[in-house]
Amino acid sequence: MKLKRRDFLKASGSGLLMAAAGPATALARSEKKALAPKAVGILYDSTLCIGCQACMVGCKTANKMPLETDDQFRRWDNPKDLSASTLNIIKRYAEGTGTAKDQEQNGFAFVKRQCMHCIDPSCVSACPVSALRKDGQTGVVSYNKDACIGCRYCQIACPFNVPKFQWASTSPEIVKCQLCDHLLKDGKIPGCCSACPTGASLFGPVEELIVEAKRRLRLEAGTYADFPLNTIAAGSPARTSSRQVGRYVEHIYGENEVGGTQVLLLAGVPFPKLGLPELPDEGFVRLADGIQYAIYKGMAYPLVLLGALVYMIRKGENGTDKDKE
Amino acid sequence: METPKPLGGRILTGPFLFFLTLFLIGGYFTVKRFMLGIGAVSNMNDGYPWGIWIALDVVVGTALACGGYTMALMTYACNRMEYHPLVRPALLTSLFGYTLAGASVMVDIGRYWQAYNIILPWHSNLHSVMFEVALCIGAYCLVLWIEFAPTVLEKVKADQLLTKLNRYLFVIIALGILLPTMHQSSLGTMMLMAGYKLSPLWRTGFLPLLFLLTALIIGFAVVIYESLYSSVAFGLPKETPVLTKLGTVTFWCLLLFMVIRIEDVNLRGYLPLAFDGSFVSNMFLLENALLASALLLLMYPGNRKSPKLLFLAATCLLFGGGLYRFNTYITGFEPGTGWQYFPSAPELFITLGIVSLEILGYMWCVKKLPVLSARQTPHVSNS
Repeated sequence: MKLKRRDFLKASGSGLLMAAAGPATALARSEKKALAPKAVGILYDSTLCIGCQACMVGCKTANKMPLETDDQFRRWDNPKDLSASTLNIIKRYAEGTGTAKDQEQNGFAFVKRQCMHCIDPSCVSACPVSALRKDGQTGVVSYNKDACIGCRYCQIACPFNVPKFQWASTSPEIVKCQLCDHLLKDGKIPGCCSACPTGASLFGPVEELIVEAKRRLRLEAGTYADFPLNTIAAGSPARTSSRQVGRYVEHIYGENEVGGTQVLLLAGVPFPKLGLPELPDEGFVRLADGIQYAIYKGMAYPLVLLGALVYMIRKGENGTDKDKE
Repeated sequence: METPKPLGGRILTGPFLFFLTLFLIGGYFTVKRFMLGIGAVSNMNDGYPWGIWIALDVVVGTALACGGYTMALMTYACNRMEYHPLVRPALLTSLFGYTLAGASVMVDIGRYWQAYNIILPWHSNLHSVMFEVALCIGAYCLVLWIEFAPTVLEKVKADQLLTKLNRYLFVIIALGILLPTMHQSSLGTMMLMAGYKLSPLWRTGFLPLLFLLTALIIGFAVVIYESLYSSVAFGLPKETPVLTKLGTVTFWCLLLFMVIRIEDVNLRGYLPLAFDGSFVSNMFLLENALLASALLLLMYPGNRKSPKLLFLAATCLLFGGGLYRFNTYITGFEPGTGWQYFPSAPELFITLGIVSLEILGYMWCVKKLPVLSARQTPHVSNS
């Protein structure tokens, strides 16, 4: 009888261990997510960007964010990186003499950093209280401070280090770009895109942004071409600007990274140089999610284990109390 | 079977006052944290959003509090009644360890007044590993208090309540084994989400299994450690024969852990990374050297009979296993873009304060409540 009981435990225990070891197989990965039906995003083209930072001003104005400055008279905004006061930033890459635009050696380039609005966001999966949510229609990843408990797991999970925390506050919030969700509702476009004078930041439906990005990659460097300004969303005024085509790196950053993002980038300098990490096409969330799912699917394994434990403990109690066995 | 009884004696001893002082300093900084915000006391930043409050107090702390889990597993699920005298002291450390890990979380999270959102169904995110861990740890704290309740009920002689509780205690005990199995493995799954930010020396799909195994190993080690330490500190007879058996179980768990741990890094081709001389790699080597030392010590059955060597092995396991978990959460985590983290003094004092409270509580409880089994003292009826 004793042996039998132990075997039962071993069997149920090993089931759980096998589930835990599941990642070794492809089965433990859950399926890739699809783009939201009315997904909107931003195409940032580093070769069109002149580094004027109008988008940063537009962002701060649209979101009523405080200035970040080391100037004692608080005359200008001068953030070093994304922070609890800065949702959008233009950063500069420079190498060697730093003279030629969009050139890896002896050149410089600009890059816009903000929330990427992933198709399968790690932060949304990580958040225990659904404070971070992905809109089912627009795909915008938004934040709800009334749900947030401030655990900061979203910061650990985000592969782009985007969510920021108000460390100095006694009622801290997570801060990140929400694609000016409050403006989209009124048919307006994000503050950064309406401020951009060159078309470097372009708002629109993600699928059309990808078509536009692919068109630019086909253009011949040095020739002149028309580039849309501000937005390519349906119903918006079609404004364009004729500009010289830059030399692109043959890659649309965000098309496939971690399952795809709704903010896409084109550049003349390799993306890792601009601080955008090289990422696999499959998001890290898929593996973690897959393992959790394998173990906790319908709570079957935990319930079987609980049943086995109750059985064993009851048996043990009877054994010692009544000496039945 | 030996009956546990209160040790009695003076409460305000030297060590008690020492830990009380540490607790008060920690308390001062905790008040400061709530008055001025986390940034005022901690060095945590947007690159390292989790510091020692999570890595030490929760991730290592709850592993050190797994004595109650492992002893319940051995005694009740495997029906080995020889471990029974170890259950109560182990439960007591688990009770304090988990409850204070929970308290630590409340210090750590930014919007603690909304913590109850986790249990509101319209907020719950069933996909979140954090959700499962938080819920499991919360539930397990409750389970531990109920599991420990008989000790208090015996003391206050609430016989009726005790009989009633004992009738249903098997469900609680079963939950007391299930819940740690769930959340201790999930503490591993949690860091999978960090992706490339976690060094490949730690990042693997086996994280949940490795975390479950370290929970068991550290749980066993802490019981050996605590039993031998209490016997010296409180002048009780050593429980060596049962600790020898425990040493054997620990050895097999540790062997399994080490094989998976090293082979996993090796098969993924990252073993050379361990020898590149960087700080992170050296921490990997240190962690495994400590665990390997314990493995060597416990490998010889003769060693498992010696209280001294058992104590040494347990110490290596506590530090090695603790370091494995700490490294997974802090050392191996590199968000890039130049972020640095080293805990500030106030941050450390808050952790020390919490640990001190744990020790103070344990000291008080073993003296006032029937926790430890003193075999040489004449049998005193407690019922």
